[in-house]
Amino acid sequence: MSAREQMLGAIRRGLRRGELSGEARAAAEARLAHHPVNIVPKRSQIARARQIDLFEEGAKAVHATVARVAGGAVAGAVIDYLAANNLPAAAVMAPDPALDRYGWKDRPMLEIRRGLPVDADRVAITGAFAGVAETGTLIFTSGPDHPTSLNLLPETHIVILREDGIVGAYEEVFVRLRARYGAGAMPRAVNTVTGPSRTADVEQQLELGAHGPRRMHILIVRD
Amino acid sequence: MRSTAHAFKDNVGEALRNANLQRSLSTMKVGFVERRQGAVERMPEFEALRDRARDIKNHALAHLDFYLERFEKKVLALGGHVHWAPTAEDARRIVLDLCRQANARTVAKAKSMIAEEIGLNEHLEAHGIAPIETDLGEYIIQLRQEPPSHIIAPAVHLTKDQVADTFHEHHAKLGFARRLTERNDLVAEAREVLRRKFQEADVGITGANFLVAETGSSMLVTNEGNADLSNTLPKTHIVVASIEKVIPTLEDAAALLRVLARSATGQEWSSYTTFNTGPKRKGDPDGPESYHVVLLDNGRSNVLGTEMQDMLRCIRCGACMNHCPVYGAIGGHAYGWVYPGPIGAVLDPQLLGLEEAGNLPNASTFCGRCESVCPVRIPLPKLMRHWREREFERHLTPPTVRKALGLWAFLAKRPLLYRAATGIANRAMALFGRAEGRYDALPLAGGWTTHRDMPAPQAGGTFHAQWKARGGATR
Repeated sequence: MSAREQMLGAIRRGLRRGELSGEARAAAEARLAHHPVNIVPKRSQIARARQIDLFEEGAKAVHATVARVAGGAVAGAVIDYLAANNLPAAAVMAPDPALDRYGWKDRPMLEIRRGLPVDADRVAITGAFAGVAETGTLIFTSGPDHPTSLNLLPETHIVILREDGIVGAYEEVFVRLRARYGAGAMPRAVNTVTGPSRTADVEQQLELGAHGPRRMHILIVRD
Repeated sequence: MRSTAHAFKDNVGEALRNANLQRSLSTMKVGFVERRQGAVERMPEFEALRDRARDIKNHALAHLDFYLERFEKKVLALGGHVHWAPTAEDARRIVLDLCRQANARTVAKAKSMIAEEIGLNEHLEAHGIAPIETDLGEYIIQLRQEPPSHIIAPAVHLTKDQVADTFHEHHAKLGFARRLTERNDLVAEAREVLRRKFQEADVGITGANFLVAETGSSMLVTNEGNADLSNTLPKTHIVVASIEKVIPTLEDAAALLRVLARSATGQEWSSYTTFNTGPKRKGDPDGPESYHVVLLDNGRSNVLGTEMQDMLRCIRCGACMNHCPVYGAIGGHAYGWVYPGPIGAVLDPQLLGLEEAGNLPNASTFCGRCESVCPVRIPLPKLMRHWREREFERHLTPPTVRKALGLWAFLAKRPLLYRAATGIANRAMALFGRAEGRYDALPLAGGWTTHRDMPAPQAGGTFHAQWKARGGATR
């Protein structure tokens, strides 16, 4: 008997039944197919404009910084942020075509490379699949347009998040994921990130930048 | 790890004498408890979410075989691999084989309680493969060759100075000559050292908080981002997870995550909550080329369908230990194995046997705080009581305790005799102690009075006598 059969057999003996069948099986199948929503906290079920405020409050509460800008002002806001934080005017950016529109080429003083990060890269610029108002959380999905390591390796992560990417609760992200990738399907990595990396492993005192970014700056772009 | 749970009483003595540990514990009690309370107050639906979290885990356990098979099917369809490990030994062998197939010399590990449970690091080391712990706390204790003392804060028993000494000792040969004293410098140095390790590692090993049957995703929460580096940079990603981690859907994951971080650290949401689904896809610029999930049973299927099944709902948040007066006094190491605190007192006798870990469920005042904060409402005191009963049934309890319990049972079954005996005891104790209101020494109760006073009975007689005198209802 294979280890697999041995384990499934032991589980079924414990549950005092054979393989799941009949109505019980149909109910479990239905749960997977229809993925019913559990309890969605009321906190995020508010007017659109308030959801964006709630996202901003949540992100700031976990030490991200947030600025709201018009589409035409994104590149300038990046340059200002880098200067204000004494960072070089250079960044590695996700090869995401959705980021092309922000007029980087008109800013020759900002040196941008598209692709994977290397050790010398101090700043990453990426988009985000979504932002969740409930807790100020960003959702990144892996793919040719968005290497996961961009979210993790450089010390500073600048995230360009369109207002229409902000949803109330996580469940709304799942709806968008299923629409994009298909039912029951996910990209290799879905990273939900809430503020910069942190640890409290030394005397329970918070320190930022344990392994991932020390700084996270979110530009919310008005539609 | 090798259990010392049988030596619990000696371990406790050592813990109470350890000044550094006692200092850490005193800050921990305030920090975790207050932060959780704050998070609960900000979430009005918290109690309803706990009910739902309990129901989801109960549903998943009742359909465990079904959801595991669905999970497996999804992973296989994406080109991943699923390995079934009935025992800890099987799991160790499978992981070692996978590391060998990857020609691994070093492994980047993100903190996993299952890896601790199966003694994975020791096994890999014995076969020439170096596992590097990447969670900062776990890295510190790995350098010090100590076991974790808390399931989510493994180095909570250490002071900053101890960490500084440890880094100075181990990092000097890597080119970091200076002994650091500031916390942020210590974290920055570890970041630099570990970044190199991540880049060198051939294999990344992580645990999983949940396995999602709907999508075949393994899901992990961290605050540092170390698990994300472990599952992104190395060519091979191995997930080690026990069977009860499987849940049906993403919506169920959301419900459980809403209670997990709040219960654990008082955070609204962990900094990194990651869903990994299979290996690198076509066109992906990064990610592992091979992806494996090792499903561990190790005695869990024996618990299904028994009165102990509730323990399998545990989502490893650590709230029970953060709120436990016994854990707060002795810390995690004294429990002698991987899982400390109230959940350890319930899990360890199951996983190690009652002979080894039978002392642990006795280390409880049954105050019930653990159950009152458990996000999946595990009746921890009830489960500890079950273990005590089994210990008694199997004659593992010391003879003096058995005799005392026998005497008490004899009296308790004879109400008239019981009242007479307690009445005499009450008057006798009052006679010798009422003037001061307390005793600092009592025959047969030295274990109590060495550390604290015993209050003397107040005027008015026994509880029964006072109940009767105040006209309380009787049957």
